[in-house]
Amino acid sequence: MGRITLDNVSKAFGDVEVIPPLDLTIDDGEFVVFVGPSGCGKSTLLRLIAGLEDVSGGQIRIDGEDATLVAPAKRGLAMVFQSYALYPHMSVRKNIAFPMRMAGMDQAEQDRRIAAAAAALNLTDYLDRRPGQLSGGQRQRVAIGRAIVREPAAFLFDEPLSNLDAALRHGMRLEISELHKRLDTTMIYVTHDQVEAMTMADKIVVLQAGVIEQVGSPLELYRAPRNIFVAGFIGSPKMNFFEGEEAAKHGAHTIGIRPEHLSVSLSEGTWKGTVGVAEHLGSDTFMHIHPEANTSETITVRVGGEFTASHGDTIYLTPGADNIHKFDAQGLRIA
Amino acid sequence: MARAITTQRKLAFSTAAWIIALLIFFPILWTILTSFKTEADAIADPPLFLGFEWTLENYFIVQERSNYMRFLWNSVLIAVGSTALGILIAVPAAWSMAFVPGKRTKDILLWMLSTKMLPAVGVLYPIRLILIQTGLLDTKAALIFILTLINLPIIVWMLYTYFREIPGEILEAARMDGATLKSEILYVLTPMAVPGIASTILLNIILAWNEAFWTLTLTTVDAAPLTAFIASYSSPEGLFYAKLSAASTMAIAPILVMGWFSQKQLVRGLTFGAVK
Repeated sequence: MGRITLDNVSKAFGDVEVIPPLDLTIDDGEFVVFVGPSGCGKSTLLRLIAGLEDVSGGQIRIDGEDATLVAPAKRGLAMVFQSYALYPHMSVRKNIAFPMRMAGMDQAEQDRRIAAAAAALNLTDYLDRRPGQLSGGQRQRVAIGRAIVREPAAFLFDEPLSNLDAALRHGMRLEISELHKRLDTTMIYVTHDQVEAMTMADKIVVLQAGVIEQVGSPLELYRAPRNIFVAGFIGSPKMNFFEGEEAAKHGAHTIGIRPEHLSVSLSEGTWKGTVGVAEHLGSDTFMHIHPEANTSETITVRVGGEFTASHGDTIYLTPGADNIHKFDAQGLRIA
Repeated sequence: MARAITTQRKLAFSTAAWIIALLIFFPILWTILTSFKTEADAIADPPLFLGFEWTLENYFIVQERSNYMRFLWNSVLIAVGSTALGILIAVPAAWSMAFVPGKRTKDILLWMLSTKMLPAVGVLYPIRLILIQTGLLDTKAALIFILTLINLPIIVWMLYTYFREIPGEILEAARMDGATLKSEILYVLTPMAVPGIASTILLNIILAWNEAFWTLTLTTVDAAPLTAFIASYSSPEGLFYAKLSAASTMAIAPILVMGWFSQKQLVRGLTFGAVK
């Protein structure tokens, strides 16, 4: 079981309030991602849940029990750190065994769990090595192994993939998702990478300056961002925003249109512009268009990989009518 | 051309370093040489560098007149004892300063160091009187205690510097893994800080071994360490340089040998954290 409830939880460091009071419920078995720009308080929030930081106000409940003042070790949560935080002087086996040793588990059970975790994480051949002799991906697996053996109520991941290179990151992303499906345990995952959030989460919590901007499934956030911040943060490349006259036509202060929701033509369309830099990914091409009318700085548009246009060509863009996001002067979504 | 200048500079710096090192080492070398001279050669003018009659006589006389082993044993007990006690106190202190610093941690560290700037003689009488009152004058226990206090600021500072190098996340991981504070310090922090702790211990043993103010003023016979052993040869018998040198050589030999063998560890320890 791993249902975590935050009730009016706040955190201040001295006079600086990094997290104003907030409420949040994480259901048992859910994969929840906290996402936001650096310094938004997502890691702090995770550390509050872990018990590594004390809350300044409010209550944290784990499976209905008040855990606000409970020591980190007693909360039944396991954490995977960004730096892996392995014990460098211990072998992989001892690293994984450490939480069980601290819990005074009997040796036979420890060995059984180590063997199971090592098999699941492809670490069997490395059990007698030291963390310093492992690659980044292997170290991350050891850190995950150390978390698994405790059979925690929930896993907490603090930007676990940000020290890995791109290819490895993608592989580990799949492994963690796979792990979640298999264990069916609550996972809270902190990242600044919205791609990780979109691909892994059951539920995304978007944070900015300690405030929850929106909570929802990846597609809810993608389709109906509650405000400009979420609209700009979720989705890659970023949504294009237009203010002024163009927005006024739609009765809004700001309108937003995603790069994938603009259709391109060489002959006619709503907005005229010239082609700037084109980023070819093979399957897709992202073109940066300089609009003729000074409506926004550049417009990013996604076209198929086979579409070709040269730098400086004239091009026309037309937004899909159903895909225009409208926001008022406060940046809130207009339904 | 740039390369040539670099080589020249290197040569100049190396030469300078050697000269300075030899200058620093010269008194020790001279003491050792003098210890092998006869008393007459020892005060010869002009001084004799190597061309004298080598003799071991002084060592025999010194050994005959005073019980070297007893002084040595006292020195060992005092140096090791005060270091062990200091480490026991300093590890938790440095832990809290490095990992759960408060608003005043920096001030406390500076204040601790500032106590080392106080002239020791300023508190000589209070401490002597306390020891006389409590009947602890000339006991090893008192000396161990005093030397612990004298060197504690340095031990705490050194350990604090080492501990600061250990990523806090690892200790947090230990906490998440269910380690109590004691297990965290015992199984995670200490093993990781072994190099730092080792050089702290080494340096502190050397400092305690060489400490000559308190060991001379607070001991007479029972607790007298090697510093007192040397001092006993300096005054009462007039100027017997060769015997004094032999006593000095015997007193510094153990620590010199220890320092020689742990050179690497010491240098590493002292420059730890300076380059990163």
